[in-house]
Amino acid sequence: MRKFSVEQGLVLPLDRANVDTDFIIPKQFLKSIKRTGFGVNLFDEHRYLDKGEPDSDNSKRPLNPDFVLNQPRYQGCKILLARDNFGCGSSREHAPWALDDYGFRVMIAPSFADIFLNNCFKNGLLPIVVNQETISELFRDTQADEGYSLTVDLAEQTITRPDGNVIAFEVDSFRKNCLLNGLDDIGLTLEEADTIKAFEDKWRQKSPWYFTSTSV
Amino acid sequence: MSGKTLYDKIWDAHLVSQREDGTSLIYIDRHLIHEVTSPQAFEGLRLAGRLPWRADANFATPDHNIPTTKSERDQGLEGITDPVSKIQVTTLDNNCDEFNIFELKMTDMRQGIVHVVGPEQGATLPGMSIVCGDSHTSTHGALGALAHGIGTSEVEHVLATQCLMQKKMKNMRVQVNGFLKPGVTAKDMVLAIIGRIGTAGGTGCTIEFAGDAVMALSIEGRMTVCNMAIEAGARAGLIAVDQSTIDYIEGRPFAPKGEVWEMAVQAWKHLVSDPDAYFDEIVELEAADIEPQVTWGTSPEMVASINGSIPIITDESDPTRRESISLALDYMGLTGGTSIKDIKLDCIFIGSCTNSRIEDLREAAKVVEGKKVAATVEVAMVVPGSGLVKQQAEAEGLDKIFIAAGLEWREPGCSMCLAMNADQLGDGKHCASTSNRNFEGRQGFGGRTHLVSPAMAAAAAIHGHFVDVRDFT
Repeated sequence: MRKFSVEQGLVLPLDRANVDTDFIIPKQFLKSIKRTGFGVNLFDEHRYLDKGEPDSDNSKRPLNPDFVLNQPRYQGCKILLARDNFGCGSSREHAPWALDDYGFRVMIAPSFADIFLNNCFKNGLLPIVVNQETISELFRDTQADEGYSLTVDLAEQTITRPDGNVIAFEVDSFRKNCLLNGLDDIGLTLEEADTIKAFEDKWRQKSPWYFTSTSV
Repeated sequence: MSGKTLYDKIWDAHLVSQREDGTSLIYIDRHLIHEVTSPQAFEGLRLAGRLPWRADANFATPDHNIPTTKSERDQGLEGITDPVSKIQVTTLDNNCDEFNIFELKMTDMRQGIVHVVGPEQGATLPGMSIVCGDSHTSTHGALGALAHGIGTSEVEHVLATQCLMQKKMKNMRVQVNGFLKPGVTAKDMVLAIIGRIGTAGGTGCTIEFAGDAVMALSIEGRMTVCNMAIEAGARAGLIAVDQSTIDYIEGRPFAPKGEVWEMAVQAWKHLVSDPDAYFDEIVELEAADIEPQVTWGTSPEMVASINGSIPIITDESDPTRRESISLALDYMGLTGGTSIKDIKLDCIFIGSCTNSRIEDLREAAKVVEGKKVAATVEVAMVVPGSGLVKQQAEAEGLDKIFIAAGLEWREPGCSMCLAMNADQLGDGKHCASTSNRNFEGRQGFGGRTHLVSPAMAAAAAIHGHFVDVRDFT
């Protein structure tokens, strides 16, 4: 996994609550068997005026000029500012893959849906929860100042505003360590292979009914 | 010290190890697999030179992409006209063959929606830990299993290690007191719960659904309720094990037999929350207050009773919520203050992992029997949840009732719930759907979804607009 230390970048304000994973990446793009290439279809139904298909030439599709992602001032954005319950809905990891592929590295919201939050950490993205008051301030400042950017330092657990004002945030210590060091979950878990095997043997003896083979 | 909740009990039984900060490894008994969220995980295994930890804990079936018309299905894989969908289905077949994983292939008569097929085959058992790369895995909690949706990285992790890495969630109990009134169903109950606690109400929690009204539901009704736990923000929903659970499982193909069955039943009887168990949060509803429900917006929490109306934007004081309602009504082409019964329908979809089981189809058939779908309804389809549900429905003559009334009788799959196959709701069209999500574009680009029970969808098909099904049965 890619390491995460400090990210500095333009902020995109996506001002709506309950942005679901269908909004982030519509289902027709889930047919890919790859992990990459989803960025051009991020927020597809809002970003373009027509219906996109996996084989569409996206460079020829009409853009929705009203959608925030298309506004010139936000081009090159890396930090997404969102409202409550961002990423609700399906478990599709294509949602963080699309955000990542587009260039986002950080999402800041008052709350995230559980599965989405988990999926972000597995892909080197940092979702940050801050309180409603701070979110409202950030929305106000981002919309007011063209070129508004933030600096996110994971080791220090800080978001620094252009005026130097610092917002501290909480992050799960284990996930923080994985992100900072780019650690692979599977590799970490397999270090405990003996413990898993011992558990499995005991569990099999205690509850043999869960070990009915599906290979029949 | 207080007792344990059902969630505490299953969690403790599966705890392999725990770090100081609470991050834990949980042993996974059953991993369900479908074609959409697994290809990148299998590819990851291959790239790392890893094999599945325990191949026989896995159970696969394709469901999201597959066609549902008989003429297409009769052609097998060749019937999948979309080449991208076909690659995804054949990739699942190849991966399962390569890694020796049990799969009910598209042409198998037992194939169907993974959350219908798992319990049907007895692959879902009480007290199990179950995961699947699909958020509606919460369905299996109806049988007293701890089941939740995971992303593709976690699919790969479970394949490689038979464990899931996570922190324990909080305990929430949603208690529905008393009994549902006649004509009010499990779907109405869960929509009313979501309307009450909101789509983020259960975030960070495992919800145990409890109370007389919940325990009075059939196992299929309980699956409908747990299926939508994720729509309330909870990765897992759970219901205590009782005699109905045991009776449902007995004799199913993958269920234990003989002496092992007897031992299992004894163990499963303890799969209930202790009377003095501690819940971080408790929400109570009165079943008698619940009326048939209809969603009017683009989030499952945007729901009203059949005799209610769409909210008026200016009545909402919270600005973020006012904005949400405004965006939703704009997308739905609806006006605040409109009676729910005045919403006209272009399409009817009866199916999905929420409501495609035999009892759902019986309920819908009862409503449409001897009647005709309204002329203004352009598409009305019934998509059974599995090949075996389809077979049972046909044995009972339900297919003939639907066809005579003017509904299409399809082959099993996810179909128009998420429209990854050809079954798509048209731009601007209103659909009465028994599925679980009314998000923008969910059932098709520009499509407008109203979530309802099978009986309510069937009644809407006959009348061309929403009606209170209790007035017509």
